[in-house]
Amino acid sequence: MRSTLLVVVLVVACVMVTPAVAHHGAATFDTGKEITLKGVVTEWIWANPHCFLKFDAKDETGTVRQWAVETQNPVSMTARGWSRSAFKVGDEVTVKLEPVKNGAPVGRILSVLLPNGQTLVAVGPQPAATPAQ
Amino acid sequence: MPLHVKRLTLVTAVVSMLSSAALAQTWNSPGLSEEEIKTMPPGGPAPRRDLTGIWDAGFAGIGIAEQEAEREAARAPFTPLGEQLVQRNKPGNGPRLAPVAEINDPLSTLGDPSGFPRLVTYELRPLQIVQTPNQVLMLYMFEKRYRVIWTDGRALPQNPDPRWYGYSVGRWEDDYTFVVETVGMDDRTWLDNSGDPHSTDLRVEERYRRVNQTTLELTVVISDPQVYTKPWMMRNRLPLRLMPSGTDLMEMIPSASEAQAYQQVISSQAK
Repeated sequence: MRSTLLVVVLVVACVMVTPAVAHHGAATFDTGKEITLKGVVTEWIWANPHCFLKFDAKDETGTVRQWAVETQNPVSMTARGWSRSAFKVGDEVTVKLEPVKNGAPVGRILSVLLPNGQTLVAVGPQPAATPAQ
Repeated sequence: MPLHVKRLTLVTAVVSMLSSAALAQTWNSPGLSEEEIKTMPPGGPAPRRDLTGIWDAGFAGIGIAEQEAEREAARAPFTPLGEQLVQRNKPGNGPRLAPVAEINDPLSTLGDPSGFPRLVTYELRPLQIVQTPNQVLMLYMFEKRYRVIWTDGRALPQNPDPRWYGYSVGRWEDDYTFVVETVGMDDRTWLDNSGDPHSTDLRVEERYRRVNQTTLELTVVISDPQVYTKPWMMRNRLPLRLMPSGTDLMEMIPSASEAQAYQQVISSQAK
């Protein structure tokens, strides 16, 4: 009985760290770690199963690293107010992200501050209104 | 202006206003918001033998984390063959979650079709249901895929060639409950994003119950004696809500080239 309860608790704990909508869970990411980088957009890929943003940002030694950070899919991101035209090459952005555990310049986006001062949020509860185009 | 003409003009104006409000035309909709799902009024009694419309279950239709625990609890134990098959699958979700670089989900890594029943057990985004005299057609936003459910009284095929989406027949159990039986599914597909396997002997029962004007409930039962020791329920009265009839849905197509780009840019670096 106790072992059954333990299994249930472990299963629940496992899925609790999984994002609400994703094609993969959180095992690869350093869950809870947040880093914020200022960089320049090199590409914005609007695609399934995940959209991803590529940008160049300097690390603490001044070396430019080429980052690739993912979001959810276009449908989920549209519901959050994101779009295929959310970024242009050359945009200066501030990206808050959760990196992968292995130290590679890869992660998933938590939010992005755009050049116009708007912040696009990638995680947390879905906004109440569904934007229509 | 004569009175009857005035009345007709007024009625026409009201009907026009009501229908344009009801249509609520949009382009490229991602589906209902969670708020709209929760607060939608019942909208009157269910019409008889009618499932037509655009339906959306919101987050509950896609495999959200809470459902994975529920599903794992509902899943029947694997047979010895099922135990073997499940070891091959490296899913990105669920209790057997693999690291991103090891995922071998044929849908997300190869761009293979989701197949049936995964299209309704995990990736149930908005869908439109159309009824003809001898078919019920289900048109899914996910993959922009369709299924034909024959309602002309034909029997299911014996020993069918497996197909990604199987062979389906449907019947009205009563005026508000439509039951679909499906066989002949390709065993390369998974039942869900958690990598639950199936054989070509899989048989799926879907029950669609029109509860009221704006609510349809879906129950899905899996029977596959080769892989599972008993039948089990993957959906238990999942509520779907009616969307405005003028809704134009987004595309959500997991293309092979996009899956490849994700592998090259993200997965390969995440090892």
